[in-house]
Amino acid sequence: MGNLGYEGGGAATVGVALFITCFNDTLFPETGRATVEVLERLGVEVDFPQAQTCCGQMHFNTGYQREAIPLVRRFVDVFDGYDAVVAPSGSCVSMVRELYPMAADLAGDQRLAERIEAFVPRVFELSEFLVKKLGITDVGAHYPHRVTYHPTCHSLRMLKVGDAPLELLRSVRGIDLVELSEAEECCGFGGTFAVKNADTSAAMLSDKLRRILDTEAEVCTAGDNSCLMHIGGGLNRLRAGVGTVHLAQILASQTGEA
Amino acid sequence: MEIKLSDAFSPGPTPTFEQSARESLSDSQLRRNLGKATQTIRRKRAIAVEEMPDWEELREAGRVLKERVLRHLDTYLLQLEDSVTRAGGKVHWARNADEANKIIAGIAKDHGSEEVVKVKSIATDETKLNEYLEGEGIHAFETDLAELIIQLAGETSSHILVPAIHKNRAEIQELFKAKLGKESLSDEPSDLTEAARLYLREKFLGAKVGISGANFAVAETGTICVVESEGNGRMCTTLPPVLVTLMGIEKVIPTWRDFEVFMQLLPRSSTAERMNPYTSFWTGVSEGDGPQEFHLVLMDNGRTDVLADEIGRQALNCIRCSACLNVCPVYERTGGHAYNSVYPGPIGAILTPQLVGVGDPGPDSLPYASSLCGACYQVCPVKINIPQVLVHLRGKVVRHKQDRGGPREKLDPENIAMQTVAKVFSDQELYERAQKFARIGQWPLVRGGSIGRLPGRLAGWTSVRDLKPVPEQSFREWWRQNRGTG
Repeated sequence: MGNLGYEGGGAATVGVALFITCFNDTLFPETGRATVEVLERLGVEVDFPQAQTCCGQMHFNTGYQREAIPLVRRFVDVFDGYDAVVAPSGSCVSMVRELYPMAADLAGDQRLAERIEAFVPRVFELSEFLVKKLGITDVGAHYPHRVTYHPTCHSLRMLKVGDAPLELLRSVRGIDLVELSEAEECCGFGGTFAVKNADTSAAMLSDKLRRILDTEAEVCTAGDNSCLMHIGGGLNRLRAGVGTVHLAQILASQTGEA
Repeated sequence: MEIKLSDAFSPGPTPTFEQSARESLSDSQLRRNLGKATQTIRRKRAIAVEEMPDWEELREAGRVLKERVLRHLDTYLLQLEDSVTRAGGKVHWARNADEANKIIAGIAKDHGSEEVVKVKSIATDETKLNEYLEGEGIHAFETDLAELIIQLAGETSSHILVPAIHKNRAEIQELFKAKLGKESLSDEPSDLTEAARLYLREKFLGAKVGISGANFAVAETGTICVVESEGNGRMCTTLPPVLVTLMGIEKVIPTWRDFEVFMQLLPRSSTAERMNPYTSFWTGVSEGDGPQEFHLVLMDNGRTDVLADEIGRQALNCIRCSACLNVCPVYERTGGHAYNSVYPGPIGAILTPQLVGVGDPGPDSLPYASSLCGACYQVCPVKINIPQVLVHLRGKVVRHKQDRGGPREKLDPENIAMQTVAKVFSDQELYERAQKFARIGQWPLVRGGSIGRLPGRLAGWTSVRDLKPVPEQSFREWWRQNRGTG
């Protein structure tokens, strides 16, 4: 992973490819714009390969794995030339890092398996790229709001980003960061699980919402818009008056708005 | 709550997880009982594990040992047969549940026994041994407190370690009053256990045949091990003159020394104890001490099929600690009955469909009974990558439907939608066109800045959640506008 030739803070010319994810591209463009803003503020040169579409996670995790294989190949073709790939999504990055090798095995394609093995260590979730790769926790953000953080399952247990998102949030000026109880428990999203097992998903969501409301936060943040769409959709249905904002947008904020 | 006695291991179809979960989710007493119980045991387990400096190394050792067993299963099983026979026991081989039940009933009949006492055993739940014996005129008494509770209630287990976890003590008090003829009985745990103890003591002393499962069986020595908390297991394995043990073939371990690893992993993971109260070991028969006749029934019942699956076979590493159930956010809310299997929770979701085979809507729904949050993998003492196996099995379920299903499976709206979306994602132009189409197509659904109701199968989303409409500009359009197309 040392191929960036870059260790610790300060300005340097680093090039990354932004893996926006189809979900953010279509539904949450503001998260993509915020990611670009944060990275460029830190002196990182951002490229956006426009041939990218979807990493194939929805298909693969729902069992449509043969259908996901062309998407896996496409992803590797699009991003393979870059030194680092950064995405504002723990879930999509864990698909690439954890499940692409399984997809290559299923395809029975040794060449693809080798390419994936060499490639996946260069794919990062945004907070781990900032904290673990660049060694930066203070990105110069200002966000004077009461915020609680939900660690998403894939970033926590598959990518093991640890406290990286919290370290970033603690350095945000003006923020009132409040701890979420039973924070590490799943919110109940789980991709197509939210539709296939809608009742169980709703039961998990109701407990997560209760804990969020208990914090009296204005905003719940996380590193994944998929979980936030689920949590935010529930908060909105309740007219709870609590918003959801992706971590990247808080980090990009300098005016206090996100 | 509805009482179900048929499950994935019984003949005939079983309901899907979604259908059963819907029912249990609305049971507020169940939700409270389970939430309280799983949260308590989860916290205690975390403490018991934290005090072990080498926990991760132990987990790795457990995984490696179990994998070695699976790699050389044939060798270890023959060695076990040899060791047990040399120690004076008799070994029987059963290809399936029916063969296992017949062997055990035959042994009981040979001794003219109309009553047998049982140590808690999931293997015997899997074969439906009690029902089979009943049909042969033999009554099996469960002696584990929780097993006794559900047997008296006419229910099935909802947890692999704490079968009556869905019941609270007030419910047990009522049950014992009615079934054990106790008119005055408090709901104090000590009074409830005393009532059970008095009832069971008679059975222990009278039974000619004891039946157990096995936590481990040592190939090297022929020693069988049962790990328990109440002492009922010790009674069943020492008092009756005849002892029969039914075990799945994957429970064999190579050497006596391997207990060093498993006896550290199992109690802490299951009951959050440094050591469980009763660990019984026996090797064949010993003259003048304990049972004078010992039978070991080695059962396959689908296990060799699981072994043939390179990714799925890790499910056979399971040491039945139940840590994955206790930590699972799905299990905590639906309870075990929703899984319609003697193996509920995350381990059940990967074990059941593999043991009974893919192609039945009930078991096929189990790999989907997970949000893939990964909490189970994190606590598993033998590092079974449950989320990975879940995803693998979802693939098998879908491929089975696509390749072997009839027109109904092929024309399933989900299948068609997934095929279409995959094609769209395979082409940049189609993808960008779909983004625009979504923006335009959503207008009939948007009300006051959000979508409150979706059609068809997507309606599950909007049952409790609003949906944010697709915004005016995609990220890529913004990028092009600001950075050009280069």
